[in-house]
Amino acid sequence: MGCDPYTPLELTGRNIYVREGCYLCHSQMVRPLRDEVERYGHFSLAAESMYDHPFQWGSKRTGPDLARVGAKYSDDWHVRHLTDPRSIVPQSVMPRYAFLAKTEIDTITTADNLRTLRAVGVPYTDEQIANAIADLKAQADPDSPGAEAFAARYAKANARNFDGNGGAPTEMDALIAYLQILGTLVDFKLYNEKANLR
Amino acid sequence: MYYFIPKRAERPIYSYRLSIIHFWALIFLYIWADPHHLHYTALPDCAQTLGMTFSIMLWMPSWGGMINGLMTLSGAWDKLRTDPVLRMLVVSVAFYSMSTFEGPIMSAKVVNSLSHYTDWTIGHVHSGALGWVGFVSFGALYCLVPWIWNRKGLYSLKLVNWHFWIATLGIVLYISAMWVSGILQGLMWRSYTSLGFLEYSFIESVEAMHPFYIIRAAGGALFLVGSLIMAYNLWMTVRVGEAEAPVAALQPAE
Repeated sequence: MGCDPYTPLELTGRNIYVREGCYLCHSQMVRPLRDEVERYGHFSLAAESMYDHPFQWGSKRTGPDLARVGAKYSDDWHVRHLTDPRSIVPQSVMPRYAFLAKTEIDTITTADNLRTLRAVGVPYTDEQIANAIADLKAQADPDSPGAEAFAARYAKANARNFDGNGGAPTEMDALIAYLQILGTLVDFKLYNEKANLR
Repeated sequence: MYYFIPKRAERPIYSYRLSIIHFWALIFLYIWADPHHLHYTALPDCAQTLGMTFSIMLWMPSWGGMINGLMTLSGAWDKLRTDPVLRMLVVSVAFYSMSTFEGPIMSAKVVNSLSHYTDWTIGHVHSGALGWVGFVSFGALYCLVPWIWNRKGLYSLKLVNWHFWIATLGIVLYISAMWVSGILQGLMWRSYTSLGFLEYSFIESVEAMHPFYIIRAAGGALFLVGSLIMAYNLWMTVRVGEAEAPVAALQPAE
């Protein structure tokens, strides 16, 4: 059931999540309370934050919890929602993030991001670090020649064109890649809830 | 508090022994209390219980500080009528006791399951930040500026009075709006229909917050207006305030 480290594209998305302050309004920690489990899904496990430095548990829900938002909505839903939240949820108070789709990812720190996380214990291999930029591009473009090598390095990752636009990967690709993985890393069919009862 | 209240009231501290207990209780207990921010999360339960226990013990320094601050006014309560600066310092102690009384309640897991992730926490923090820390800082500035620039007194005590009432009204609007919206939010999230379904979608709780955010904005604006009045008052104290007459030197013996 183990969690995998983020791919370079997801990690870039995570950095955008932190940069834009998403954690100020969205928590990523489902508590084991009846209403939360029904609203958001299985309560969060400590292991699900093991590669988060710093973790994004948050402390305020101006918007809903995002710990299990992955695979809940389509990529297209996320593109529309981030571009103009009120086009999907009329009462929403979330700001627009349309510029993400127009901003190409700056890959200058991509490999360093992985290297930094390895310094605090995330098990990235030398190969993953050396190919960080290639993997970032390959994940957002599954028809590219690097896609196979990417799939070999990150077995469980989603590889697709997240923002629906061709060309170089944008920050929209990265953020959606990150959001779509949230809460999906643990296979709850294999998780034994009773194992830790004493 | 321990310096400016006695200084302004011209009374000694009520109890030095209590201040020692206040200090060490705060230093020793608070470092264990922080897990109260992570109740019901993936943090181990033992750490959560530890945080809750020590947070509840924090009522000790809370009452210590409140009693010491207020009792220092023994024999000087009449000054609250004539000195708005002292009034500001004392109301700061009142907000201190209120927000630190509220804190241990919110650290109890059963209360926290409702209050966490809601505006209740925001209101709690602001009753401390605006009421306690804000007011004690304003009071300190009103004391310090005339001393530093060697002035007889402030430019206008009437303006201090205005600052006091406008800011107090602002804080009260702010924190009551946050209490109501926080508790409403928490109750909406856990509300069930008679058939056992969640009664509200998340966006309905967002919509319900709207009026309270307007009240909160109005309260915050009033608090800001109060500080601008203070800035003007302090500026004028420095610019046009009457200088303190120099203390006459003792006549040298001949």
